[in-house]
Amino acid sequence: MDKFRMIFQFFQSNQESFMNGICGIMALASTQMYSAFDFNCPCLPRYNLAYGLGILLVPPFILFLLGFVLNNNISMLAEEWRRPQGQRGKDPAVLRYMFCSMAQRAMIAPAVWVSVTLLDGKCITCAFCTSVPVETLGNASHPRLSQGEIQRVLARIPCKEIYNGQELIANEVAVRYLRCISQALGWCFVLLMTILAFLVRSLRPCFSQAAFLKSRYWSHYIDIERKLFDETCAEHARSFAKVCIQQFFEGMSTDLVAAHCHLPRKAPVDAGEAAEKLLGITDRGTMNMALKSWHRCKPPLHLHPPVIPTGNGWAGEGQPPTHASVPRRETASYYSWV
Amino acid sequence: MDRFRMIFQYFQSSSESVMNGICGLLALASVKMYSSFDFSCPCLPQYNMAYSLGIMFVPPIILFLCGLILNRQSLVMLEEWRRPQGRRKKDLAAIRYMCSSIMQRAMVAPVVWIIVTLLDGKCLICAFSGSMDPEKFVGFANVSPVQVQQLLAKVPCKDDELMGNNTSRKAVSRYLRCWSQALGWSILLILIIAAFLARWLRPCFNQATLLQARHWSNYIDIEQKIFEETCCEHSRLFAHKCILHFFESMRQEIKLHSFSRPREGEGVEGKEDLLWGITDQDQVNKLLKGWYYEKPPLDVSQVTQR
Repeated sequence: MDKFRMIFQFFQSNQESFMNGICGIMALASTQMYSAFDFNCPCLPRYNLAYGLGILLVPPFILFLLGFVLNNNISMLAEEWRRPQGQRGKDPAVLRYMFCSMAQRAMIAPAVWVSVTLLDGKCITCAFCTSVPVETLGNASHPRLSQGEIQRVLARIPCKEIYNGQELIANEVAVRYLRCISQALGWCFVLLMTILAFLVRSLRPCFSQAAFLKSRYWSHYIDIERKLFDETCAEHARSFAKVCIQQFFEGMSTDLVAAHCHLPRKAPVDAGEAAEKLLGITDRGTMNMALKSWHRCKPPLHLHPPVIPTGNGWAGEGQPPTHASVPRRETASYYSWV
Repeated sequence: MDRFRMIFQYFQSSSESVMNGICGLLALASVKMYSSFDFSCPCLPQYNMAYSLGIMFVPPIILFLCGLILNRQSLVMLEEWRRPQGRRKKDLAAIRYMCSSIMQRAMVAPVVWIIVTLLDGKCLICAFSGSMDPEKFVGFANVSPVQVQQLLAKVPCKDDELMGNNTSRKAVSRYLRCWSQALGWSILLILIIAAFLARWLRPCFNQATLLQARHWSNYIDIEQKIFEETCCEHSRLFAHKCILHFFESMRQEIKLHSFSRPREGEGVEGKEDLLWGITDQDQVNKLLKGWYYEKPPLDVSQVTQR
């Protein structure tokens, strides 16, 4: 149980490791998407290139943006970038670090898609089948066909069942050729990405490691501070709601006592605690009135002074109750502006 | 058991994560629904378009409504919007925030359905095969217009004897599928760009107001939950008191009827307290009958403490 809680807390506490998890899931999702997607080459001269390149490039772009959208840090980055300076200076190195780390993670799923697409070969076959070198691979001396006709015939290479240019160039030969080029491109792409990743990881400590450590620390700090602020606000809202509701019920019971002041309450001495727990509501009529009043006339967001030192009206008028864990400066910059 | 409680509490504590979970489940359900649905194009000139556009648009509406129904926050928002002002002003910014977050989450599953439909292609092939230009495809060029419509309408049906192996049918099918997939990917791209811009640009405008709206919408949600919990607690205590009062009055009645029987000493008296003086079958039956025929009034203001 403790171990589980520890793992859970580890993932939650560190946004980066959480993002690593999401990143891995997205990479798997991208391979799954590719295998589930039914590639359907149009086999028409101009459409082939558009379709093939579209399938090669549009989904990676979508996955890249999705990597940003799913990353909670993006709004944190934008917030940190756009906030007024106030009493806390801004460090552009921290912003750059956050952006780079987000971009690196977001690049993984698109790279996986592109590699899988190239290694599979259907995309390149569809896109470049009209550019196959007929002179070297096939029978170029086909006098009856015009250029346009040849293009139309070549465009049907990916569609075996409607291919009618066997005399011009054998379907098998063309497909094999294109596939071979596609796979070579795919492996080169994977090699290039891996070398880049290796260089980035191994060369970084050689340049400004101290500055890097500082940026990393402060970016984690901003993340944790924001989470703690949200948690503290939620805690505060809970306590506020509890006291508000308690005072509502107390108010109701005071009103009742005032209304029925000619009937003394016959509560026995030792029923104090029970009566308190019953919030002064001891019959159906009173409860119905309480429920009706809760809907028709909700209590104001203003806790009475004896219970809470400072009240809090709507729209942030006045100072909200501050907590020791929340830095005063941050509160001032968010609340005192209204 | 502890583990479940912890996970449960984690999800419950943040109603946003509950809603995200529901939203994801609905999206998965929509993909599963589409793959298990047996799309069967009627292959008749007038019916094709109606059937396929129906399949493309009616389930998303259903999924959207499901997304609204399953989201607890929609009720909270409606209640906050429609309640009388009373002593508490209404915060329109919080209501707007809740509304937009509910809408965004409810839109995910319908959008997933539409995109999966477009990427699959069957719907669009069925809808627009009749609107194709027969001149573009060799097999349909020299046929009379009426027959052309019939043949084009049969394009989505692969098992048709007439059109099954026709290469022109396959060409039309491929062409429409290509457009359908291009449309699907384009819509997905536009939506993702919109989501990205929304997330990136939101903190640039009115961040302070947004934080306030978010806080107060969260507050309204929590307050509602705590009110319900308090009412539950109260009704528990109320019921307890009511039943105690009922048993006590039963005991008084029994004492009155059996006042001639001498008391049997302190030790037994202690035991009898737990049994409320009800010690034989007849008395129990009388108690149960009394509970059914004459439930006690909902008023514990005069009850004496035990």
